Amino acid sequence: MTTTNQTAKQSTAWKNIRKYWAYKWKEAKKARTYYAFVLPYALIFVTFTVIPVIFSVALSFTTFNMIQSPKFIFIDNYYQLFMMDDLFLTAVKNTFLISAITGPAGYLMCLMFAWLINEMPPKFRAVLTLMFYAPSISGQAYTMFGFIFSGDEYGVLNSLLMDWGVLTSPVQWFKSEATIMPCLIVVILWLSIGTSFLSFIGGLQGIGRDQYEAGAIDGIKNRWQELWYITLPNMKNQLMFGAVMSITGSFGMGAMITALVGFPSPNYAAHTIVHHLEDYGNIRFEMGYASAIATILFIIMVGANKIVQKLLRKVGA
Amino acid sequence: MAKFHFFRQRVGQRVSRSASGDVGITVFLIVCGIIMVIPLYFAVLQSLKPFDELFVFPPRFYVINPTIGNYTDLFRLMAESWVPFSRYIFNTVFITTVGTVGHIFLSSLAAYPLAKYKFPGSVGFSKLIVFSLMFNGTVTAIPGYLVMAKLGWIDTYLSVIVPAFGSTLGLYLMQSFMNDLPDPLFDAARIDGAKEGTIFWKIVMPNVKAAWLTLMILSVQSLWNTNNGTYIYSEQLKTMPYAIGQVTAAGVARQGAASAAAVIMMIVPIAIFVISQSNVVETMAKSGIKE
Repeated sequence: MTTTNQTAKQSTAWKNIRKYWAYKWKEAKKARTYYAFVLPYALIFVTFTVIPVIFSVALSFTTFNMIQSPKFIFIDNYYQLFMMDDLFLTAVKNTFLISAITGPAGYLMCLMFAWLINEMPPKFRAVLTLMFYAPSISGQAYTMFGFIFSGDEYGVLNSLLMDWGVLTSPVQWFKSEATIMPCLIVVILWLSIGTSFLSFIGGLQGIGRDQYEAGAIDGIKNRWQELWYITLPNMKNQLMFGAVMSITGSFGMGAMITALVGFPSPNYAAHTIVHHLEDYGNIRFEMGYASAIATILFIIMVGANKIVQKLLRKVGA
Repeated sequence: MAKFHFFRQRVGQRVSRSASGDVGITVFLIVCGIIMVIPLYFAVLQSLKPFDELFVFPPRFYVINPTIGNYTDLFRLMAESWVPFSRYIFNTVFITTVGTVGHIFLSSLAAYPLAKYKFPGSVGFSKLIVFSLMFNGTVTAIPGYLVMAKLGWIDTYLSVIVPAFGSTLGLYLMQSFMNDLPDPLFDAARIDGAKEGTIFWKIVMPNVKAAWLTLMILSVQSLWNTNNGTYIYSEQLKTMPYAIGQVTAAGVARQGAASAAAVIMMIVPIAIFVISQSNVVETMAKSGIKE
């Protein structure tokens, strides 16, 4: 009795699975035009992005010096990172500090400027957009901050502060542990007007005028209400896009810091996860260890993204 | 009176605005805009400084004896290169044009079904796109090289152009904008008997013009500045940023030429930016496609 029952149960379960896949297959066949649309891009994307990433994650469980073939060591890399590598923990701390401040602040700056610029008449708007995007176009623009925060009396900031009598002797802005982080954060914020800003500008311009007119009839009183109830809900997709850009940008900060304060930074005061990764990947050639760092950074970003997306769902509610 | 007219343009389109707020915002934007534009100004200024002014420290934000000597120096140095300099220019223009056009086309084509329809695998693939933006490039360099070697594309244009087609950012950007397109737009076309290809080309693409013009800026900017050092060995296939880097690498003596080179490299991205932005403004002024 029980055995027949069980087989019956099994066969219904089996039937359900088959039904499910038959349904999926039918769905897929119906969507074959769409697959054809996605295929060319997907092939390239998988070949040049997905395969290398999977390969790297696999490498993170090995020790690999780029000459001998990789040796499987299970989770030793991860164990070592969290248990023995004090510098990694410093890097995590610094990265979180930078991201927690420059991520949200930079994001809001992009949004604010894009919104305000969008309030302007079209011609003036185009000029302003170019002005604000200028640092991103002029590539190595941030090297200018080397002059501003220069540590001798001729540095722009030092000479100004000394003229005003705030300081009596020059401060080593980029060379002392106490000032390095605040100075870097200023530079990063100044540089944060980039990809997200452009996408916000595009998103704002896609909002139909009729929506604002309808809003005015429905009793919207000022531009703040208009922003919260009409503008932001209408550009949710761009807001999500911008959030991902901010996360990848702020957690992935590295090259710019190196250009300003050098690598390694004074007593590792500005050492980020990416610095740690590049140290092991490009200098020590310990690719397995570097891959483990990349994997952890990846998990951190995915987690941050989850949280931010949840917050963004509340917009306009 | 002129000032009044300046703001008047928009009052008919949008309501609930205070004049004092408009003025405040304008002033605020101009001040911030000037701060943002300083490095650009500084880059141009440096290129016009004669040699004795280039190294004054702290750097001056004006030039006493402006000169175009840096530019003539740069062109003279460029003319001396072993591979004719026009070849480097051709390489960069070719890579930038083909890469950008292909990237915009392929990523839009893929983004349309992913944004507007649900089919087996569509959600998973979209997630994969976002996740892949979060993986650091340093450690994927070696696997990437192995893939390229297996394909036999090392030292060809393909090694630069094809990966640019599949760049992740573009698909994600296009998808974000296409999500906003109202469904009735497609239903109407389908009732009229339009095929998916027609819908994509005639309805989707014109309506997300703002998105692909933005993508054009980003793509041109990154491809224009690429020096594709990893995959290309032949001197004939190298790009302009690489060549200029070589010309200006000789330290202090070439500083003037280097600052002129920096300005010259910026001209194309800025031109593309201006063209695309003025187009965005224009299309949006004409249309009201939202439901």
